[in-house]
Amino acid sequence: MTSLRLEFDVSGNNFASAGTASDEVKKKLKMLGINPVDIRKVAIAMYEGEINMVIHAGGGKAIVDIYEDKIDIILKDNGPGIPDISLALTEGYSTATDTIRDLGFGAGMGLPNMKKYSDEFKIDSKVGEGTTVYMTIYFG
Amino acid sequence: MKISEIARILEAKVCYGEDMLDTEIRSACASDMMSDVLAFVKDQALLISGLCNPQVIRTADMMDIKCIALVRGKMPTPEMIEIAKQKGIAILTSEFRMYVACGALYAEGLHPGELRV
Ligand SMILES: Nc1ncnc2c1ncn2[C@@H]1O[C@H](COP(=O)(O)OP(=O)(O)O)[C@@H](O)[C@H]1O
Ligand SMILES: [Mg+2]
Repeated sequence: MTSLRLEFDVSGNNFASAGTASDEVKKKLKMLGINPVDIRKVAIAMYEGEINMVIHAGGGKAIVDIYEDKIDIILKDNGPGIPDISLALTEGYSTATDTIRDLGFGAGMGLPNMKKYSDEFKIDSKVGEGTTVYMTIYFG
Repeated sequence: MKISEIARILEAKVCYGEDMLDTEIRSACASDMMSDVLAFVKDQALLISGLCNPQVIRTADMMDIKCIALVRGKMPTPEMIEIAKQKGIAILTSEFRMYVACGALYAEGLHPGELRV
């Protein structure tokens, strides 16, 4: 099946611009006439993932494939990795510093939100090598 | 409740969105933590926050939120206004503290109104 691929570099040293990749994807889905409820799920899930790459991993890459009936989102970074994934997925668990909390993130709800809003969700992570998050959201 | 009504109740200044004052708001949420906002989808909501950086506007946009009320007298930066313009999001600022702002709006009938996703 044909897909539309979008790729983004997510900068790790510009907190103010975090979210621009999610914004681009949101605009594209709107243009394609995807229903607003699905667009919102995609936007939230990807935005949380993008923020995580910025605040926890020094940036990374987003690879997005849009199909007629679904979207695949891959968020890949070369950050420190996640030692205990099931712990990281616990609501409220966060290693974020006070500086990050002052910026409005670090409530420990990012990964739970990503899982909640996506239909398929998987994390691959290796300490010292990096983290890849796979999310799929079906339309309709 | 119209945005103009919200501005009146919060004794707020309209920093951006004079042309949106008639927009109808049906629900509200309040937090300084953006992931808390992102956890519950709402319909035509107001975001009340003491956080003042571009991610507040981005968070609102991801949630299709059309109005943000900043509390504790926070003034939006030019960068925030710029994103708000692009996204069509009104920004108000009120001297009220979070608890008072929420209480005032709740008392006048603006309730959480969460949706199932
Ligand atoms: N891309 C990542 N690289 C390294 N660690 C991560 C990454 N994403 C999440 N984490 C870890 O998982 C924890 C929980 O993430 P999350 O639920 O998004 O909460 P928060 O970002 O608010 O801390 C983070 O505090 C961090 O320790
Ligand atoms: Mg997070």
